[in-house]
Amino acid sequence: MGRDIPYQAAVIGGGIVGLSLARGLAAQGLATCLMDEGDVALRASRGNFALVWVQSKGLDMPVYRAWTQRAAALWPGLAAALRSETGLDVALRQPGGYSLCLSEPELERRRAALQAQDRQGCATIPWQVHEPAAIARAMPAVGRDVVGGIFCPLDGDVNSLRLFRALHASIAEHGVTYLPESPVHAIVPLTGGGFRIRTPRGEFETERLVLAAGLGNVALAPMVGLSAPLRAQRGQIMVTERVVSFLHHPVSTIRQTDEGGVMIGDSKEEHVVDDRTGLGVLAAQARRAIRMFPLLGGLNVVRSWAALRVMSPDGLPIYDGSAEVPGAFLVTCHSGVTLASAHAELLAPMIARGALESDVSDFTAARFNVPAAA
Amino acid sequence: MMRLASLADLRDRYDIVIVGAGPAGMAAAAEAGGHGLSVLLLDENGGFGGQAFRAVEHSPLRAHPLLGASFARGDRLAAALGSVDIEFLSEATVWHLDPTLTIALSRQGHARGLTTRRVIVATGALERPMPVPGWTLPGVMTVGGAQTLLKAQGLLPHGRVVLAGSGPLLWLYAAQCVTAGMPPSLVLDTTRRANWIAALGHLPAFLASPYLAKGLALLLRVRRAVRIVSGVDALAINELGGALCVSWPGGEAAADHVLLHQGVVPHSNLVQAAGCAVRWRADQACFAPVTSDWGDSSIPGIGIAGDGAGIAGAEAAEADGRIAALAALYALGAIDASARDTRSIPHRRARARAHAGRAFLDAMYLPAPSFRTAAADVIACRCEEVSGAVVRAVAAKGAMGPNQAKAFLRCGMGPCQGRLCGLTVVETLAAARGTTPAEIGPLRIRNPIKPVSLAEIASMASTEAELAAVERQ
Amino acid sequence: MFRRLHDPHARLVLFTFEGQPAHGVEGDSVAAAILALGHSHCRESAISGAARGPYCLMGVCFECLVSIDDVANRQSCMVRLREGMVITRQRGQREVTT
Repeated sequence: MGRDIPYQAAVIGGGIVGLSLARGLAAQGLATCLMDEGDVALRASRGNFALVWVQSKGLDMPVYRAWTQRAAALWPGLAAALRSETGLDVALRQPGGYSLCLSEPELERRRAALQAQDRQGCATIPWQVHEPAAIARAMPAVGRDVVGGIFCPLDGDVNSLRLFRALHASIAEHGVTYLPESPVHAIVPLTGGGFRIRTPRGEFETERLVLAAGLGNVALAPMVGLSAPLRAQRGQIMVTERVVSFLHHPVSTIRQTDEGGVMIGDSKEEHVVDDRTGLGVLAAQARRAIRMFPLLGGLNVVRSWAALRVMSPDGLPIYDGSAEVPGAFLVTCHSGVTLASAHAELLAPMIARGALESDVSDFTAARFNVPAAA
Repeated sequence: MMRLASLADLRDRYDIVIVGAGPAGMAAAAEAGGHGLSVLLLDENGGFGGQAFRAVEHSPLRAHPLLGASFARGDRLAAALGSVDIEFLSEATVWHLDPTLTIALSRQGHARGLTTRRVIVATGALERPMPVPGWTLPGVMTVGGAQTLLKAQGLLPHGRVVLAGSGPLLWLYAAQCVTAGMPPSLVLDTTRRANWIAALGHLPAFLASPYLAKGLALLLRVRRAVRIVSGVDALAINELGGALCVSWPGGEAAADHVLLHQGVVPHSNLVQAAGCAVRWRADQACFAPVTSDWGDSSIPGIGIAGDGAGIAGAEAAEADGRIAALAALYALGAIDASARDTRSIPHRRARARAHAGRAFLDAMYLPAPSFRTAAADVIACRCEEVSGAVVRAVAAKGAMGPNQAKAFLRCGMGPCQGRLCGLTVVETLAAARGTTPAEIGPLRIRNPIKPVSLAEIASMASTEAELAAVERQ
Repeated sequence: MFRRLHDPHARLVLFTFEGQPAHGVEGDSVAAAILALGHSHCRESAISGAARGPYCLMGVCFECLVSIDDVANRQSCMVRLREGMVITRQRGQREVTT
């Protein structure tokens, strides 16, 4: 660069995706800043279910399955590194997890999808169907309505809020400049390379730019010749009072945190614009959870939460680099917790090196472009 | 008034639902009844009265020759209530309200939902937290709590009883203890001496108000019987061999009971969960809902009356309740604009009278900033045991406000849902960041606003679309 | 300790607190009954084990949690005392039987 640009990387978005990337970039030795909004913002990360989840990912897309399994394998390293950097234990556990089924057709559908995955012959996710008796040995509280479940030994969970706090502390340790209350209004590519970012707090210049702003990417991406076809999908969660530990495996929709509260999710509502909770959805989730674990009925729900997932058209991540404006990257997914390790340890180094590499080339937004009719 | 016996007695839909049967709710019900509309009054306690007229129906104090006199006003309201055509359900905890005016409530472990055309929320006030060292020790309670024990159970603390804090309720309760023959041992008055200066401008209105005579009488009664230390600008409570010890600059005292009080603030969790806007009131150092002078909140169909809309006392609450009821009656077409306006006149006058003199009290008794923020080693969030030091530290790390602080530290995630920590966290963050609570904003509140069992939530209805959002393909 | 003003209508009921038989006034809140017995501490925090006791007496602070008739985490200030109630301190996290 001809001119003195203060930052070698700027990450826009202070959620788990942005924090993981900022940590990874700083660990590569880049002078990094992270721009975040203020106290009241959509923040998908604050509503996540904290699963480090492998089963059911990318059943039609081997590359995503492989990427997810790599992330799960890298997670213990990330947890250990965060603990030694910050003193915070993010309570990662990977004891294997369950999807529990309340009807035979449901179980059969899941089994068939996983068998189809097996037939692809690559990046196979390990899985087993567990009968109710086996499930009851692992989780004695399971209800009689459960007809079976899919167990994947790679599944786990983490304390998501502590992860959030640890990532914040970690980026500070790594010398990342954290800029809150800095929603980005404009991005201007500079002649000769680099970008100028305009926020209410001032303007910042950077060599590389990473858009990790969740739904905010939709407006930001075109500023750097990228496309972020994303939609909001609301998920609602309930959390119970603290209970002595009884649920030793995470279930895709029910998990007990290391602090004792039981989290119950996981709904998917399209076409909603706010992150408010709705009684009818919580009620439906509650009924389903009670069928899976009857004793949950007697526990008190102390709070509910809702957040807007950041969904691409196929639900898979979008990792893209701008052809028009080299040095600008887009990173978006709805599994920010599971992929945190991959983002920090694999994706960030690629961005530091200047371009996304073949491991993730299937994740560009080009996959959504319908070819023009001949 | 028809006293319902159970949830099953409720209709699915009402014209007006009033949440809270304190002075505002009772007055609203008395005003709204008798117009041919279905009106439901709800309260989570066993009878009506709220806090101001707690246990008005059955208080053991009624038998007391002196303390029984305070029930006159509550009795009048109860009589007004008794003679109108409304439904009342006690022990009913409302835990959900949303902009569609769907309400979910629970009673004795069972829940049900209902809808209504108008809601008047009259959930009153709760004590401002008083985060001093040791405030979470057993044996430390609020003055309001002690007064509830007196009114509802006729119980008085006995032994070495120390009252600490500031505000009219402190003096009222101390005077009641004196009257009952069990004066507290000590009152530590934390009223800031400098507040006199700010309050002086409001003095004329106060002198003309009924608060002056009442207040003076209470103060005199207490001064004659109780040791008072004024201008206390710091205090700490410690455990000392099975009892407590209170210390302040220049002194200390052993105590069997320590009762804290520094004013009350609106109990607005329900309306905030429903989406009603609140604003910071610098004159009272608290958030209060935004309301019109008819009590309308920012959400159509939801009115707010009484201390829950802004602290002004029981007399103002009654006037508010009647005004909000008139607004509801007009909105539902039961009365025309002219009747609404005419009938509101005496209540607006009563409200103005009740408000006169409040500005003086507000200024006089505004707690010092040091009592509104949590010092380093003091617990700011009781439920999650988060100290002031941790809150300040996270401000430095980028938590801009209470919602991010909650995500970082869990303060506000416990069962009290921010009722006892929200203000402290906001003020502590504001102090740490060198800004104001108005800039920082309040803790975001969501339904359910009281803990409720998963089974009770499960018993609520879901639409097809809501079921589809949850059931897996 | 708390003293009670004379109440001619008070009806005594028998209950147990921490395994010990005790008398209380029917219709008192359970929190009031426990305080009237002279106990200021009714639970141990699920976070640190710190002793806590009733604070607000109006259902907003959640400090007065006790176990009543084997149901954990009940707000004792919001529950009416009845004959035969078995009340124990809420010690830490709620237990469940699986």
